[in-house]
Amino acid sequence: MNLTLKIWRQSDANSKGKLVDYNISGVEGDMSFLEMLDVLNEDLINKGEEPVVFDHDCREGICGACSLQINGEPHGPDRLITTCQLHMRKFNDGDTIYIEPFRAKAFPVVKDLMVDRSSFERIQQAGGYISVNTSGNTQDANAIPIRKEDADEAMDAATCIGCGACVAACKNASAMLFTSAKVSQFALLPQGQVEATERVLAMVNQMDEEGFGNCTNTGACEIECPKGISLENIARMNREYLKASMKG
Amino acid sequence: MSILDSKIPEGPLADKWTNHKNTINLVNPANKRNIDIIVVGTGLAGGSAAASLAELGYNVKTFCYQDSPRRAHSIAAQGGINAAKNYQGDGDSDYRLFYDTVKGGDYRSREANVYRLAEVSGNIIDQCVAQGVPFAREYGGLLDNRSFGGVLVSRTFYAKGQTGQQLLLGAYSAMNRQINRGKIQAFNRHEMLDLVKVDGKARGIIARNLVTGEIERHSAHAVVLASGGYGNVFFLSTNAMGSNVMAAWRAHRRGAFFANPCYTQIHPTCIPVSGDHQSKLTLMSESLRNDGRIWVPKRKEDVEAIRAGKLKPTQLSEEERDYYLERRYPAFGNLVPRDVASRAAKERCDAGFGVNKTGEAVYLDFASAIQRYGKEKALTSGMHNPSAAEITKLGEEVIESKYGNLFQMYEKIVDANPYKTPMMIYPAVHYTMGGLWVDYNLQTTIPGCYAAGEANFSDHGANRLGASALMQGLADGYFVLPYTIGDYLSQDIRTGKIPTDTPEFDQAEKEVKDRIEKLMNGSGEHSVDYYHKKLGKIMWNKCGMSRNEKELKEAIEEIAVLREDFWKNVKVPGTINSMNPELEKAGRVADFLELGELFAKDALHRNESCGGHFREESVEQSGEQKGEALRDDKNFKYVAAWEYKGEPKDAELHKEDLVFENIELKTRSYK
Repeated sequence: MNLTLKIWRQSDANSKGKLVDYNISGVEGDMSFLEMLDVLNEDLINKGEEPVVFDHDCREGICGACSLQINGEPHGPDRLITTCQLHMRKFNDGDTIYIEPFRAKAFPVVKDLMVDRSSFERIQQAGGYISVNTSGNTQDANAIPIRKEDADEAMDAATCIGCGACVAACKNASAMLFTSAKVSQFALLPQGQVEATERVLAMVNQMDEEGFGNCTNTGACEIECPKGISLENIARMNREYLKASMKG
Repeated sequence: MSILDSKIPEGPLADKWTNHKNTINLVNPANKRNIDIIVVGTGLAGGSAAASLAELGYNVKTFCYQDSPRRAHSIAAQGGINAAKNYQGDGDSDYRLFYDTVKGGDYRSREANVYRLAEVSGNIIDQCVAQGVPFAREYGGLLDNRSFGGVLVSRTFYAKGQTGQQLLLGAYSAMNRQINRGKIQAFNRHEMLDLVKVDGKARGIIARNLVTGEIERHSAHAVVLASGGYGNVFFLSTNAMGSNVMAAWRAHRRGAFFANPCYTQIHPTCIPVSGDHQSKLTLMSESLRNDGRIWVPKRKEDVEAIRAGKLKPTQLSEEERDYYLERRYPAFGNLVPRDVASRAAKERCDAGFGVNKTGEAVYLDFASAIQRYGKEKALTSGMHNPSAAEITKLGEEVIESKYGNLFQMYEKIVDANPYKTPMMIYPAVHYTMGGLWVDYNLQTTIPGCYAAGEANFSDHGANRLGASALMQGLADGYFVLPYTIGDYLSQDIRTGKIPTDTPEFDQAEKEVKDRIEKLMNGSGEHSVDYYHKKLGKIMWNKCGMSRNEKELKEAIEEIAVLREDFWKNVKVPGTINSMNPELEKAGRVADFLELGELFAKDALHRNESCGGHFREESVEQSGEQKGEALRDDKNFKYVAAWEYKGEPKDAELHKEDLVFENIELKTRSYK
């Protein structure tokens, strides 16, 4: 297929960016979206131009590095996958594709399509852990049975890959789905109970400080999330937060 | 002749680690505050090491090229983690895990290291559960297990098909706790470009800030390299795009010996290559072999018809299928170790039975598992006379709960529904058992430079068993390094901060800058990927699943020529002092072009077949094992540790003899 790409180019965080047109031919359906960009970059390099910078690494949908707002949707038109798993068979010959970085105040552009998601790091650092040292003397793993349903639900929340699609999808650029996934994982497990109060307060506080917006329950995050993280996690975090606030 | 001292403690196998821990030196908590440690790489080994060392009180700096430690490629490990818990009561023990690992590695690993690994395996699970890792559980609330290749027990713990992700997020959360306490400084989007030695000891690194392009100096009292494996020397592998050998290779050039570079794991179940544009390969977890059956058609006509699209695999009857693993290895069947399964797939495809257009694919079929689970589920849910459709539906639900994310991944990539038609799979480069030589304390031949996880060579011999990489990474980081590094650092309590304004740092930085300059100044004929793909082709064709003297010699020559051409003619666009992914790739490929040659040289010298290293000259000629790999213990029962001497062809071989006191060396049979 032949495609027209409108790609956001921006040389660094302080420069102004703009959409630049590229024509690409010989795209095959079996190519992944990023492989299509590889082909474009190889072309640009051979022409002596600077290739398009984008984040990517594992290319199997789990590291959370790849991003891209494709035709206005985080990770493109397909559901429950990341951009690296999106294949060109989802597009048609002659299509024009808009490729932009994830947009949010808390995700400043580094270069072209690459953004700085260190705000997510700081939210995790504020409380996304259980304070247990490596000692080799922790109690036996089977000492505390956990209901399978709870363990499964905790696992579903824990599958968040930290890509930021939820933020990019949200009209408020809210990070509630991301933050609530970690809060939920620990809230559902007995190990997480001890620090539950401090955790939710610290993480939500950090989330606000980073400049993410509020949640107005539009649910776009859940639809665009490549891992299908459920909105229920936001409800759970709100409950946890309320509980923690009352405790003080 | 050997100058390698493995420092294996005295005493009976089962007591070595305990005795060692009781006798090595400790650093008191007040002194730990004055000691700095650099950890390069934040996967399972690096992340767990960084967190544990910071907990102990050391000042830790971590480095990773990704934008977050959570994105290290350990995240992609799917199937599970082994531990000798014996929760299933199926006869497991530390000894059995030890035995299976040594046997699985084809008797090319160090007994004492492997036993220690088995010994701490149980604690890893305890630790992870305490951190809130949501392992799969049974209805009674206790932890569930499954089986992996090469063993006869169920000792693999898992979190759906995302075990690596959950374990890494556990280590990442432990790191975050220490970052929050100020004990870890995380340098993300940074790449180590060289190791700095002062008076023969590792005392720091030169790193590049990948966002600004700035070259930075970082000093420490010890440096831990946990930078993963070098599978990307093949260009196509299941590794992440950025996975590279640079940190390990730079240390090698500074004096760390590189052990067994030719030991590579080719994983049997990956999604086949679809075309020239392919940038990486995707693994389908080995856990699928618990329930999937591998086959190709018995008749060539059927193969032709399938390739032409005239016949569907589901139309072939049981009698028309060749379940070649079950046929050749009745005892282990579809769960033979990875090297054996990969070679068997290659054998069938080379014989013309490959089922896709390229002739390089076999089937992994879940139809019988779906029926089996469906019937079981119907029974337990009290359904009388369930219809065939109901059984299939129930069975598919069970399969989905076990492998749902893998099936989804397959469907997205291949555009075929694996619930309804068998998956197509083919072997691909997945893991490298070779790596930096380390002693029992995980110290390389450079004092103060340690290597952990896939970056070292120590535990898997010539072939790694499934679900053992996660175990080793976390064992090294949580339970081994924190002890052994203290023994070394106890000499450093009066050293004080290591200054970076010294001639050693000046020199290392200058060399790094000159190298970058040189990369930028190629004639500009070909892109970095052009060279990387060429190297990958040489490696795959001549140093891949089966190797012979003639082709290995050719590979050595071809790689040397390619390397020379690369340095003359590579094209790196952009500038030095800014974000420049092409420059990053160029530096990595330059190192692969050296490593690749050493790899071939190592493979050439090891004229035996062992584990993942299969030499066509060394196969069983007769008997039940006819055609299987033939090991040569008389001549090759050693670790090959290579010392850097300029060009890879001049590397000098040092041998560490492997002593087996607790296991009898046998022909590895899975029949």
